[in-house]
Amino acid sequence: MLSFDPNASRMLISGNEALALSMLHCKVQLATGYPGTPSTEILENFSEFGGKAQWAPNEKVAAEVALGAAFAAARSVVTMKHVGLNVASDVLYTATYSGVSGGMVWIVADDPGQASSQNEQDTRNHAKAAVCPMFEPSDSQDAYEMLKTAFEVSEKFQIPVILRMTTRVCHSKSIVRPTGGLEALTPKFVRDIASRVMVPGYSKPAARRLRKKMEDLEVWNVQNHESLVVEGSNDLGIITSGICFHHAREAAPEASILKLGMTYPLPADVIRDFVKDKKRVVVIEENDPWLAENIRALGISVEAKYDPVFRFGELDVNRVKRILAGEKTPDPEAVKGKPPALCQGCPHQSSFAVFKELDCIVAGDIGCYTLAALPPYSAMDMMIDMGASIGMGLGLRHVLPPEEARRVVSVIGDSTFVHSGITGLVEMAYNRPATGHVVVIVDNSITAMTGQQEHPGTGRKLDHSPTYKLDYTEIAKATGIDNVVEVNPVRDREAFKTVLREALSKNELSLIVAKSPCILALKSILAWEKANKEAAAKQEK
Amino acid sequence: METMNVKFAGLGGTGVLKASDIFAEVVFNLGYDVKKAEVHGMSQRGGSIASDVRYGNRVESPMIPDGTADYLIVFAEDQIPVNQAALKPGGILLTPKDIDLAKLPNEKALNVAMLGKLSTYFDFPLDLWESVLKKLFNEKFHETNAQAFKLGRS
Ligand SMILES: Cc1ncc(C[n+]2csc(CCOP(=O)(O)OP(=O)(O)O)c2C)c(N)n1
Ligand code: SF4
Repeated sequence: MLSFDPNASRMLISGNEALALSMLHCKVQLATGYPGTPSTEILENFSEFGGKAQWAPNEKVAAEVALGAAFAAARSVVTMKHVGLNVASDVLYTATYSGVSGGMVWIVADDPGQASSQNEQDTRNHAKAAVCPMFEPSDSQDAYEMLKTAFEVSEKFQIPVILRMTTRVCHSKSIVRPTGGLEALTPKFVRDIASRVMVPGYSKPAARRLRKKMEDLEVWNVQNHESLVVEGSNDLGIITSGICFHHAREAAPEASILKLGMTYPLPADVIRDFVKDKKRVVVIEENDPWLAENIRALGISVEAKYDPVFRFGELDVNRVKRILAGEKTPDPEAVKGKPPALCQGCPHQSSFAVFKELDCIVAGDIGCYTLAALPPYSAMDMMIDMGASIGMGLGLRHVLPPEEARRVVSVIGDSTFVHSGITGLVEMAYNRPATGHVVVIVDNSITAMTGQQEHPGTGRKLDHSPTYKLDYTEIAKATGIDNVVEVNPVRDREAFKTVLREALSKNELSLIVAKSPCILALKSILAWEKANKEAAAKQEK
Repeated sequence: METMNVKFAGLGGTGVLKASDIFAEVVFNLGYDVKKAEVHGMSQRGGSIASDVRYGNRVESPMIPDGTADYLIVFAEDQIPVNQAALKPGGILLTPKDIDLAKLPNEKALNVAMLGKLSTYFDFPLDLWESVLKKLFNEKFHETNAQAFKLGRS
């Protein structure tokens, strides 16, 4: 539910809400993505504003859908968290070659400090490697404005653009005064085979065109003053971007600050001009020393943070003060809070208790159920990336002695199965281990981890309206899995245990769908289903 | 004016974020620059959470630097040590001990009672608190909230 009036002239909203509002004002024709903290609410808010927003099975498909729209001269957005870009990077690295006809912005949200992620990777590396222009907003107003500028760049230079968010910018609220959006684009198809069919004959010249675009973009970046200079003392200059700008202003109110808005390609002349008369210049940035390294590569000498301490985690005002003081000591030890745990009555509690009772080796996956790796369950043995449970389980099965191999089970959530588990099943039937294998989908009928999003297996779209419901058992049969069983691990816990024990004991391929709804989502699921049934009944009349 | 720092903390699912939303909305309506920082994502499962509200003429970082919180409102006693470092020397700590819990109309309304207590430290108009509480809560909670808020102020 919206907590603010989108028509107000001044509002206190999160970065994600500001982006959704800007998408509305920029008349984005199609927005797609896959959930992932901290990016999830962007599409949900856009949908509530009446925008066309949809969840894709995964980030790669989402990016391809958005790219198709941009080939048709529309304005499109794709959203994802940082690790989502790994999945979709195959699209990005060649979409920069092809370019776009409309406007395409990739909103990618990094998670410095790993509030809710399996790693702390820095999207700025992808932007440079894929040769994709990038903006870094520092607060909600910046996010609102920069999305518009990102579209202007995308449409002028015919190139996809990354808007790099971070957890703090996504989830912090600050004041936004809307400034108006863009004229609508009119989708149409104009054939341009040489730009969009990336066979070597066409992609080699495209690679050169892309580098030329980046040269032009650097000039644009310098001329358009996407950077902000805060005049201050010449004794200390700070170069920064994103949320760190605000930490730096507070930590060193006397300093001169260069806030970079577009960080790739960097505005070399602006930076040279800034450092010229400064006695000391320090780069303030989170995670990788990306700005520092790229500024040094321009032949400009700057100080960077002390990497062994400050590469990790978020920055804040006190840490920025420590960086400016040249400190190298470890951060003061914070009192540890209570870690999150599975909800009381969560269906995953029951499933994982059974894996433990049967002494399974659990190749796990990502979702609420990953919390079962922590005590008191300690019932997951590995978790790396979405969908990996099936491949890793198969690898274990192939090499372990048979009696150990038969303990291996791959456990995957329903949303994660749709995201990237299906190809794992194909592999399982294609390169069948001698002991067979067992996959359990812990199907709680929702994407719970990220706050209850729909996916193709729920039979409802992003706005909860009905659509085709993916049938896991039919997929498993079609891929060549020998045994497919659906069982409720909570209500029929003993039956679940028996089915699993039997599946582990034979040298066959089994898929067990352990189906029992997320108790936190149950009320909403029932309400959505009821609303859809009533709507259908009304239509029949 | 100097930036004021008000931190709300406790366990996920106990109304911490809601309380900070209400406070932020109140100071927003008074025309201040406001920033509010929180990290959510996995908090629904009972882990520690906190939310920072900062307001003044111009607020920079949305996060309250340790040692500078003017007010720290903690909704669960065992979460005090986790958040204590935020408080500035002489800053004010409010906990459920400051509320007559026996008189609380509903344990879910603790957050509103704590806001009632917090409200006594500011001279913001009472009807502003009331209208924001009404705006950010479903109608069926309005009566209970009004009682809880009053309890906090008593
Ligand atoms: C590539 C990638 N995209 C998104 C995420 C964020 N994410 C983690 S788990 C998950 C889905 C969890 O849903 P499900 O598998 O149904 O398990 P549940 O949380 O419902 O138990 C998502 C979206 C991620 N970690 N990696
Ligand atoms: S949100 Fe749902 S799936 Fe996640 S721990 Fe709670 S009950 Fe389990």
